[in-house]
Amino acid sequence: MAKRPISFTLNGTETGIFVNEGQNLLEALRREAGDLSPKFGCGQGTCGACTILIDGAPHLGCLTLAEAAQGRSIETTSGLADGPDLHPLQRAFMEGFAAQCGFCTSGMLMAAKALLVTNPHPTRDEVIEAISGNLCRCTGYEPIVDAILDAAIRLQGRVA
Amino acid sequence: MTIHHGRGFACINYPIGMNLGGDPAQALVHSTPDGKFMVTLSAIDLGQGMKSVTRQIAAEALGVPIEDVYVDTADSDTGPHDMGSFASRGTHRVGNAVIRAASEARAQMMEAAAEELEVNATDLDTDGLGNIQVKGAPTRSITVAETAIAAQFKQGRTLSGRGIFLIEPSGVDPDTGEMSPVTTYAHAALIVDLCVDDETGEVEVQKINSAYEVGRALNPKLVEQQLIGGAWMGISHALYETTEPYYPDRSHGPNDFNTYLMPGPGEIVPHDIAVLERPAADAPYGGKGPGEMCANPVLPAVANAVYNAVGVRVDKLPITPEKILRGLQANGGARPGPRRPGA
Ligand code: FES
Ligand code: FES
Repeated sequence: MAKRPISFTLNGTETGIFVNEGQNLLEALRREAGDLSPKFGCGQGTCGACTILIDGAPHLGCLTLAEAAQGRSIETTSGLADGPDLHPLQRAFMEGFAAQCGFCTSGMLMAAKALLVTNPHPTRDEVIEAISGNLCRCTGYEPIVDAILDAAIRLQGRVA
Repeated sequence: MTIHHGRGFACINYPIGMNLGGDPAQALVHSTPDGKFMVTLSAIDLGQGMKSVTRQIAAEALGVPIEDVYVDTADSDTGPHDMGSFASRGTHRVGNAVIRAASEARAQMMEAAAEELEVNATDLDTDGLGNIQVKGAPTRSITVAETAIAAQFKQGRTLSGRGIFLIEPSGVDPDTGEMSPVTTYAHAALIVDLCVDDETGEVEVQKINSAYEVGRALNPKLVEQQLIGGAWMGISHALYETTEPYYPDRSHGPNDFNTYLMPGPGEIVPHDIAVLERPAADAPYGGKGPGEMCANPVLPAVANAVYNAVGVRVDKLPITPEKILRGLQANGGARPGPRRPGA
């Protein structure tokens, strides 16, 4: 099958890769672009581990055609930290013990970022709603919800 | 339709590790030439904090800062043998092995430092900040890094240690059948408050109050994290999860995350936890670890609370609305049990 070139920005960097027709964006990011931060949990849109941002909005990488990324801006967890400085969401997750095995964490962080960009002062229910498509097996969710609310406070006056 | 409140209690003695076939764990510790220490294990960290807790234990036994200790649990081909992360055995079994390995490495480190300072190793102590000092004369000291460099490049000595902790297989007395399947127990008691809708059979868990005895909580935040997440799993097993179909036909069985039910972030149950510290004599610095016990007491407490709420005794998990409704039907309606004041 002929591969097609596509280009997009990945965490602010111009990126060009070759993708197969019908290949999903999660696989393209992991295999072709070498960004292993979005995780493959189920491959069928039910776990949220592959959550990425496309032009700022949360999408499931496993259900997005790679070709749909052409010309768009993609954000993943790899782009959250600023050099050695963790993003306030990452700090809040770390200090709030909001990760155990960490498999859901990348998707949780991106879902949370999408929320805080559009809604910097979310209520607890809005946080719960925002991560309702993301499964976690380990934490019982409470530390994750608390960490996102904590990050909202840390971010006050700044863009997520 | 009536909503019935119920309260259920459960308490457990939970075995740490297993004795029946013997339960060994090994650890290796060695220093790098710049005085950091590597702990090599085949024990697995699947999020429960194995790396953090063995790192703390190694730093304590070596007498060096925790920042100077690395734990590698990567590979059972390159690490020493371990039985695995199960049976709530990690902290206790692996921790004990790490203490032994780290103590052997510490003894060599003290010998190497003694040679450099021209004193007896027994006259030396660590300050936990990366220095080895002559007791009573702390100005006569050498850093751990200098010691490691001297050992490596001058003395030709390794600073390393091997540790194994073995619970031997427990034999069965052929006459009495007596045996000792367990050497160490952790304990928990837990109260669940919930309500049951007698029209839909739905259960809403409202509050968990728990007390856990895990020996010394070597890392209190990790213990708490385990207990919160484990209680969620307990609720999930009690009320939702099953690989069997809820209904007799196999085609109704769950085959993805949409149909395999689990509580989500909208069903978070407030949970008050009391951790009672009673350091265990045979445990690493007294710590037994929470392990599987995080989830287990929740299930009987939920079953008891459902019984207290509507008088239906469900003895097969999960306690689904269907089972509750069938029980209500068989009983001719809800039969709420006794209430305690304030419950
Ligand atoms: S991997 Fe995409 S939702 Fe599970
Ligand atoms: S931390 Fe393990 S799945 Fe969320």
